[in-house]
Amino acid sequence: MRTIKLAWNYLRIGIANELQYRVNFFIQLLQSFIALATGLISLWLVFSHTTQLGGWNQPELLAVMGVFIMMGGVIQSAIQPNMQRLMDEIQDGTLDYALTKPVDGQVLISIREFRFWQTTDIVVGMVVLVVAVLQMQMSIGIWQALAFAVALLLGGVMIYAFWLMLTTTAFWLIRIWELVNLFQGLYAAGRWPVTIYPAWLRLGLTFLVPVAFAVTVPAQALTNRLTPVTLVEAFGLAVLLLALSRFIWRLGVHGYSGASA
Amino acid sequence: MKHYLGYYLSNMRIAILGQIQYRAQNYFYMVGTILEPTVYLVVWSTIANSQGGSVGGYTTGALAAYYIVWTLVRQMNVVFTPYGWEGRIQRGQLSGELLRPVHPIHSDISYFAGWKFVQIFLWLPLGAVLALIFKPVLHPTWFQVVAFFFAIWGAFLVRTMLYASLGMISFWTTRVGAIFELVFALELILGGRLVPMTLMPDWVQHVAAVFPFQWTFYFPINTLVGNPGVSEILSGLGMQVLWIAIGIVFVNIIWHFGIRRFSSVGN
Repeated sequence: MRTIKLAWNYLRIGIANELQYRVNFFIQLLQSFIALATGLISLWLVFSHTTQLGGWNQPELLAVMGVFIMMGGVIQSAIQPNMQRLMDEIQDGTLDYALTKPVDGQVLISIREFRFWQTTDIVVGMVVLVVAVLQMQMSIGIWQALAFAVALLLGGVMIYAFWLMLTTTAFWLIRIWELVNLFQGLYAAGRWPVTIYPAWLRLGLTFLVPVAFAVTVPAQALTNRLTPVTLVEAFGLAVLLLALSRFIWRLGVHGYSGASA
Repeated sequence: MKHYLGYYLSNMRIAILGQIQYRAQNYFYMVGTILEPTVYLVVWSTIANSQGGSVGGYTTGALAAYYIVWTLVRQMNVVFTPYGWEGRIQRGQLSGELLRPVHPIHSDISYFAGWKFVQIFLWLPLGAVLALIFKPVLHPTWFQVVAFFFAIWGAFLVRTMLYASLGMISFWTTRVGAIFELVFALELILGGRLVPMTLMPDWVQHVAAVFPFQWTFYFPINTLVGNPGVSEILSGLGMQVLWIAIGIVFVNIIWHFGIRRFSSVGN
C-alpha cells in the first residue's frame, strides 16, 4: 500500500516536472510521427513486393507495429529513464542516497523517473492498433481482449526485469551506457513477429530477451493465434525473470561499496 | 600541413590505445548495430524465399552479402553524433576545445578515424559468424575491393561533414532532437540503409539522388557486392568527393556564424 502511494507521488512529480516544458510535447509528437512514418514506409515497402510475410498479412503486421509502438512508449516513459538514472548513479557512486532510504531499494530505483511526454507513443500505438483491428474486419471477443491485456502486462513485467538485470551489471562493469544501444537494437527486432526469424534468433528473442513476449504474443492474442499454453508460459517466465532480477539486484547491492558520495 | 599530419597521427594513436581497453563496451555497441541489418535481412530473405528465391533481382545470397557488408560499412559510418554537438554546446565543453590551436572538427575526425582500426578489428569475428550463418554470395573483382577501401573512407567523411553541420544547429536552438530524428529517418530510407536502393520505387531513387545519404551506405556496399561498372564506381567516388567538399563549405559557414552566438564559460 505504502509502495503504491510512493509510486503515485513520484508519478505526480514526474508529470508536474514535464508539464513545465510544454513545447517538448510538440517536439515529442513530431518525433513520434517521424517514427510512425518510418514504420509505415517499411511496412508499405514489404507489401509492395509480397502479399504476406511468414503467414502474417498487412493488417496483422500493422497490429504488431501498434503493440511495438505502445510497448516502446511504456519502456521510454517508465522503464528506461529509471534504468539510465541507476546506471549513472552506480558509476558516480551516488546510489547511496537511494539505498539509505527506508523503503526497499529495488522498488525505489524502479519508480523514481517518469517521462510523461513519452506516453505520446502509447497513444499513437493504440491508434495504430485500432486501425489495424478495423482493417482486419473481425470482432474482438471479451476473452480475446482479456488475453491481450494480460499478455501485454506480462510482457511489460518481463521487459522491466530484463532491463533491470542488464543495468545491474553496472555494479561489475561500471561503464555501460552502450547497453542502451544494445537494448534498442534488440527491441527493434520486435517490430516484426518473431516467428519469421531463424530458430536461434527466435529462441534468443523469446527466452534471453523477452521481446517475443512483449510484442509478438500480445499481437497473437489479438489475431487469434494464441494458445492458453503460451499465456501460462508467459506467466511462468515473468515470475522467473522477476525473481532472477531480484536475486541479481541483491547480489549487486551486496557487493556495492559506494564511492563516498 | 606537416603540423596537421602529426596531430592526426597522434590523435589516431590515442584513440586506438584508449578504445582497445573498452572491448566489452565496444562489443555491446557493435552487437546493437549488427542486429539492425540482421532484422532487415531476415525480413527480405523471407520475402525472397516466398517468391522463389529472389526479390527485385536480389537472391537470398546477395541479400546476405548486402547486409553483412552493411555491418562493416556501419562501423566505418560511426561518426561524432549530432547529439554530441548538442551536449558540447549546451554544457559549454566547447569552450575548452576552442582554446586549442586547431579547429575542434580535426580532433573529431582523427579520433574517430583511429577508432575505426579497433572497430574493424573487433568486427572481423562477428562478420565471420554472420557469414557462416547467412552464407553470402559475392564475387568482387580486385578493382572493386580497392574501390571499396576508398569508398568506406569517403562514406566516413561524407557522414562526418553531414552530422557536424547538423549538430551545429545547436548553436541556435537546443531543441534539436526532432530535426536529428528526421534526418536519421531520411538516411534510413534514402540511403540504402533499410533496403538496397534498387528495391525502392523509381521516384524514391530520384529523390535520393539529390541527398548525400546513399553515398554513405548504398554506394560503398554496392561497390563490393553489386556489379557496378568501372565508370559507375569512379563517378560514385567523384560524388563522394563532391559531397565532402559541399560538407566542408557548410561546416565552415555554419561554424563561422554559429560560433559568434556561443557564449559559455567553464569546461
